[in-house]
Amino acid sequence: MTQLIVFSILNGLVFGMLLFMLSSGLTLIFGMMGVLNFAHASFYMLGAYVAYTLGLRIGFWPALILAPLLVGLLGALIERHGLRRVHRFGHVAELIFTFGVAILIEEIVQLVWGRPAKSYQVPPSLDFPLFHLFGSAFPAYKAFMLVVAVAIFVFIFLILTRTRAGLIIQASLTHPGMVAMLGHNVPRVFMIVFGIGCGLAAVAGVIAGPVLGTFPGMALVLGSVVFVVVVVGGLGSLSGAFVASLLIGIVQTFAVALNISVGNVLMGLGVPAGASAALHDVWKVTVAQVAPILPYLLLVLVLMVRPTGLFGTRES
Amino acid sequence: MTPALELASVYKAFGNTSIIRGVNLTIEPGTRQALIGPNGAGKSTLFNLITGKYPVNSGTIRLKGEDVTGLTPYDINRRGLSRSFQVTNIFPRMTVFENIRCGVLWALGYRYSFWHRADAAHDATARTEQVLEQLNLTARRAMPAGVLSYAEQRALEIGITIAGGADVILLDEPTAGMSHSETEHVVQLIREVTQGKTLLMVEHDMSVVFNLADRIAVLVYGEVIAHDTPERIRADARVQEAYLGVPQGVA
Amino acid sequence: MSAPAPAAARPLAVADVARVGVLRRYGVWLAAAGALIVLPWIVRTGAAVPIMNQMGIAIVFALSFNMLLGQGGMLSFGHAVYFGLGGFIAAHALNLAGRGGLYLPVPLLPIVGGLGGLAFAALFGTFSTSRAGTVFSMVSLAVAELMAASSLIFDRFFGGEEGITTNRAKAPLLLGLEFTRDRQVYYLIAFWVFVAAVAMYAFSRTPVGRMANAVRDNPERAEFVGYSQRRVRYISFCAAGLFAGVAGGLFALNYEILTAENMGLNASGAVLLMTYIGGIGAFVGPVFGAIIFTFLQSMLSDYTGMWLLYVGILFLATVLWAPVGLAGIMMLHAPAWRAGRIGRLVAPYAVVGALGLVAAAGIIGLLEMIHVVIAADTPSGLKRMFWTTVNVRAVTSWLVFLALAAAGAAGLRWAGPRAATALGEANRPGASR
Repeated sequence: MTQLIVFSILNGLVFGMLLFMLSSGLTLIFGMMGVLNFAHASFYMLGAYVAYTLGLRIGFWPALILAPLLVGLLGALIERHGLRRVHRFGHVAELIFTFGVAILIEEIVQLVWGRPAKSYQVPPSLDFPLFHLFGSAFPAYKAFMLVVAVAIFVFIFLILTRTRAGLIIQASLTHPGMVAMLGHNVPRVFMIVFGIGCGLAAVAGVIAGPVLGTFPGMALVLGSVVFVVVVVGGLGSLSGAFVASLLIGIVQTFAVALNISVGNVLMGLGVPAGASAALHDVWKVTVAQVAPILPYLLLVLVLMVRPTGLFGTRES
Repeated sequence: MTPALELASVYKAFGNTSIIRGVNLTIEPGTRQALIGPNGAGKSTLFNLITGKYPVNSGTIRLKGEDVTGLTPYDINRRGLSRSFQVTNIFPRMTVFENIRCGVLWALGYRYSFWHRADAAHDATARTEQVLEQLNLTARRAMPAGVLSYAEQRALEIGITIAGGADVILLDEPTAGMSHSETEHVVQLIREVTQGKTLLMVEHDMSVVFNLADRIAVLVYGEVIAHDTPERIRADARVQEAYLGVPQGVA
Repeated sequence: MSAPAPAAARPLAVADVARVGVLRRYGVWLAAAGALIVLPWIVRTGAAVPIMNQMGIAIVFALSFNMLLGQGGMLSFGHAVYFGLGGFIAAHALNLAGRGGLYLPVPLLPIVGGLGGLAFAALFGTFSTSRAGTVFSMVSLAVAELMAASSLIFDRFFGGEEGITTNRAKAPLLLGLEFTRDRQVYYLIAFWVFVAAVAMYAFSRTPVGRMANAVRDNPERAEFVGYSQRRVRYISFCAAGLFAGVAGGLFALNYEILTAENMGLNASGAVLLMTYIGGIGAFVGPVFGAIIFTFLQSMLSDYTGMWLLYVGILFLATVLWAPVGLAGIMMLHAPAWRAGRIGRLVAPYAVVGALGLVAAAGIIGLLEMIHVVIAADTPSGLKRMFWTTVNVRAVTSWLVFLALAAAGAAGLRWAGPRAATALGEANRPGASR
């Protein structure tokens, strides 16, 4: 039992930090430009694929640096030539545009890399168990993922609060007009932030690809959960995204490990056993099978109780 | 007589900043009154409190004797209070005709009906045409409101506000950004449409104020420091002190 | 300020205009009904009728989607949920009717679908419509994911992997009408498409339909004229769910099978694509989009596995350069049409069209060749394209398509602005004929 709890917490932390890597970029872009980048998870997917292809030529570590740079550059280009044009039509139009980009990226990935999954492997240098606990091994690669995620969080935090560029970004968040009056090239700031956001998504893809799988559907699988994270955490709040990421990451990892049926859980909560007939299908299914929908249930719950999200202040 | 509008000890703070610090104001029905004050005094905030956009921290607001503190904007509007906005707030993609008609539908009792044909609602159409005539916008009725000139949009703004026949009307800087002749037209329009109603307007243009208002309330730092006839306000020492150097009309 | 006309004269003037306008107003609908009736006689290919049925279903679905997007300003990524749920409920009802448990003849099936869609929209709408904008879109996505996952849990309702099948032939008959042949099904679908379209148009002209536009344009202002924006959005949402359910019912009676795919994100994405391409600003836009999209889907997928890529490119092009969609572009030509100056545009537009085709041929050729190279399933390296055989291994093939694409693009940069100027001239009021 303790083994289950400890490993679920560890794996949940890893998954949660991965979600945070993705949602932090999305939150930065939303907080600054008011646009929710529907294609965010697509850049995550591109990161994995580009790193895989580069890694075959130049090795994992150079690819880890190069792939996010390339993908971030692509993101900046898309902002400059596409999103910026649509900006004046409003948020709905921007969302529609990023939706189109997501479709296009998914189709192009299938075109260039084909439909079957790619065998993007953990690099040999990290392919060893870090420690053994209760008889099970905790892979070093997962610890590496955790380290990278934390490093990125610190990096963003320091940039935003300690550097001049970060101050300009923070100011553009709420007063782009004023910042422009002060002589800063606000459209260029937007482009840079968008590029950085996409680059962050790509980093998540580079390190998650070997673990979560590299296949054309990977954007869709993780994308919806990331949107749930940012809405639950509160649109535009980095700390909210952090809390929501860890919460969802840990809860879902725990749920997947639990092989008991939903019926047992409900009975434990006081629901009478007679309800099993009425809730037939739901009753006999295991919590593990229900795990994928938990984030969405959480979203609905949070929206009903606290419509601005856990930490949200900004009206979308 | 029940006051049209009665504010008692209204307080409003945003975070740590107190904007409205205990406003007491009584507006008698059938009068045209102006709310003036230096920039930052809290005039628009007061409007927002009265019309339900912001909740008050404490105090009460009564509309025709009924307590409306904390009600939603649409609840307050349904009880007979309508407002216009300082920054033009119309329905840009709908035609001018439709803009006015939107202001009329609830007042005529159509509510959320999906069993009436709006175009066949003759009472709505007649009232809309009437308002369009008053605004001198009949020729523009089929144009999307977003392509109108600034002055025409301001007129439309007022039109939407009064179309529903509300008896308490709040206008927020109706002549902002207008030329001299445009201002004259709008003043005439306001005089016409507020005949027999209660008007409270925020204005910076003193000629408009002295032209239209029966009484003037002066708001300084979130408090009403004077509420009197225009002549007595002009002579009031406190007002002069707070208002020294106020420009004559908007440039 | 001019003196207003005497109040008594005004209502009469309005009524006069109304009388004259009746034929003009209803003429379009009469023409549409006529077209629907004669269509199977005009297009006699056997394969055409199933495609027309598919188009009909897509038309109703897309029109219902536009009640949310174009009319209400609400972008939903999960509208297929109500389409699918309506379809599932209709399928189950038809099965029940087939077993004798319910008198439900096939023609009434879309009503059942509609009620199903309405019920779920009313339920999910309670929390979906409290916020507008981005949050609304994200909630719609979450609901879609929720339903996708639920389909794996609720086996008996969703039929698991195989879905739910039903049978038109087992249902009780209404007035002896049978629906065993494609053409009979066509007329049933055409009937319901017409009824649904009329109903949705009528809804948009009701007070709540007008206020839906107002809430789209300026939700704050709508509240200050007495309307709750939440309530207006909720009503729009329920109405859209109802008609999506009708489309689902039509799907059930046409294909006699429903699977979780019909509720899924792909279906929701497809309806967004087709509605937007057709034009969200005009009532008829989604009709165009549904027809074009269904056509591309059925025709293109025979020739290439990448039809979604092409549709995606078309979609992005629409978003970037023609956000008003096809219907919007047509409306841009209205002044020129009324002034009879459309003839002037034939030449510049033909040039643009030809250049566009050249560029498209080049781009399509390149993409198809890339696909052949990567899929590596054609050992000969030969691919049949544009009525000739192309050798993917030959450098000349690549150069030819590259040249076509480049020449087409360059030509468009020259011809495009000239066509735009010609349009501006043709639209200019008071210009000579």
